[in-house]
Amino acid sequence: MDTSKDMLIGLVAIVLGSIFTITFIAIESETGIIGLIALSGAAVVLASRTGISERISNAFSSNESMMNSAVLVAVLVIIFWFREDHFSLLMIATVMLYLTACLGLNIQLGYTGVVNFSGAAFFGIGCYTAAVLNQNTGLSPLIVLVIGGIMAALIGSILILPMLRTRGHYAAVVTIAFAILFKTFLEVNDTLGGAQGLKVPGMEILGWDFNSNIEIGDEIELSFYLNYVAIALVLSVLAFILMRRVERSWIGLNLDAVRLDETVAACFGISIKRWKVTAFTMGNFLIGMSGAVFAMMLGFIAPSNFAFSDSLMLLSIVLLGGMGSPWGTVVAAGLVILLPEKLQVIQEYRFLLFAVVVILILVFKPQGLLPRGLRAYIPGWRG
Amino acid sequence: MVGTFVGFTTYLGLSAVGIDNAFVQLVGVLVVAVGAMALLGAVIARYLVLPLKSAPPLNILLITLMLGTVLRESVRLFYPDGSNPKPFPYLLPTDSWAFGSFTLRADSIILFIGGLLVIIGVNVLINKTKMGLAIRAVAQDEETAKCMGINYTFTVLLTFALGSGVAAFAGVMNGLYYNEINFSMGLLLGVIGFSAAIIGGLGNIYGAILGGFLFAALQTVGAVALPFSSAYKDVFAFGGVIALMVWRPTGLIAEKSSERV
Repeated sequence: MDTSKDMLIGLVAIVLGSIFTITFIAIESETGIIGLIALSGAAVVLASRTGISERISNAFSSNESMMNSAVLVAVLVIIFWFREDHFSLLMIATVMLYLTACLGLNIQLGYTGVVNFSGAAFFGIGCYTAAVLNQNTGLSPLIVLVIGGIMAALIGSILILPMLRTRGHYAAVVTIAFAILFKTFLEVNDTLGGAQGLKVPGMEILGWDFNSNIEIGDEIELSFYLNYVAIALVLSVLAFILMRRVERSWIGLNLDAVRLDETVAACFGISIKRWKVTAFTMGNFLIGMSGAVFAMMLGFIAPSNFAFSDSLMLLSIVLLGGMGSPWGTVVAAGLVILLPEKLQVIQEYRFLLFAVVVILILVFKPQGLLPRGLRAYIPGWRG
Repeated sequence: MVGTFVGFTTYLGLSAVGIDNAFVQLVGVLVVAVGAMALLGAVIARYLVLPLKSAPPLNILLITLMLGTVLRESVRLFYPDGSNPKPFPYLLPTDSWAFGSFTLRADSIILFIGGLLVIIGVNVLINKTKMGLAIRAVAQDEETAKCMGINYTFTVLLTFALGSGVAAFAGVMNGLYYNEINFSMGLLLGVIGFSAAIIGGLGNIYGAILGGFLFAALQTVGAVALPFSSAYKDVFAFGGVIALMVWRPTGLIAEKSSERV
């Protein structure tokens, strides 16, 4: 198998994938959607039977920068396609923000094995920070964004001590308790809007109002969500790069060692505490940042957005995609956010279906949809 | 939660059959609810937990949490008009005695005694019977237990059936006391129960009891003693849980275990 042929197959796959995504977002009829899902399922099965999926993954591992830029171009094409459609852009931005949050969760859970059942709470901290800062101060939204992340990381540091001392079920209960504590606190706290929630003013950078449509000349008018899609795209790409860089570096090696066996890692002189804290803080920072953008985009937040079930949903995305696999997270975030939006029939049964799907995945394919491959010490190396 | 709903359905069925005696109804409700949940627990253990026993504990925890979601959503979606709270029938005597300003309800006493009996029963079962010995052996070391001739699968299924049955009993008691059931009542109760078992220390019934009382005490102290508002009682209680985990990371009554490397 020569690499150039693999790469060609990979590029064709990306083109087909983006055409599929565009049709999937654009199509309205329910039968059409179900047909598309059936088609994609058949395509995936066919690709794995004929060995094409293996060649695609080869293409990704041997020509990484090339393939990554191709995917980025594909995403830009998809965004450009829907430049005037508010709802589609909102969905795309939501997928990207959830993707960023789940990448953060992936650093915690997938690399270091730190259990975090309060992802939605940290997401909420970002949201509320953005709301309060935008209402009361004139700080630039970009700074607000970073502060949202810092706040999530800071408040998360309250949990560092209990998290370091506990393990297994005992560690899980710490974050579960925090998730419920956070939501109850928001519901009864009047200064933060109580159960009714808060209005969040939109972004405005250097006089450029993010909440009005972009007009170029007289004819072209673009949806204002394009602004947020751009921010979300930058954020998720940065998070993706960060995650990849962390994984490849000696930091990632240490994190993996901590996850796989704490005792052995400690024997080799790896500070378990330091790496757990690093991963936890880094993950919360990413989750908080995506929360801040999310709040500014939606313009309204309420405690019911950050319930325990939402934390479970974030975790399900990570597990569905495969722990520690960034591409898996991309696919899973897309599926989990887009599918219920497109299939209004299942909207009502959404949580039921999620729960069933996650159970089935855990039982039959515990490594996820796109499992993380073996660590490649030399780029393009195939053992 | 599902247990309460099964109990409720049983009550409706019994009423439809025409049995009006409250005592017979109560026994019927309890037997059917506890039995059905014990069976459900065993089925879940057989098909979801046992196949995964070599998976990381997080996966099993997530599966049970997701299963809770499945059950809760099923009640909400498929039980007739399940998304609204339902009145649970008064099956206990409603007498009450007044001691000065303090009123004692007869149903509180009955429920208290019922709960106490279940606790004692479970304790005796775990600590005094051969079956309890098998359960403890399996919990401590699966392989050794198997070598000693303990039927591993059966014991695990039995444990799950026992746990689910006791939970169903608690659910029916909860319904009897508050006279209202709701599809979402299981989540918070489940989390509180789990937290209580954890802060008490796993692997010890006294730990669970201690944890349960401690959690209730934290809530009450939070409601009474906090200067600003009693609305923060759950915040206070869960904050207390986190603080307790810092102090005793393996629960108040720690599991006796040693780590093999």
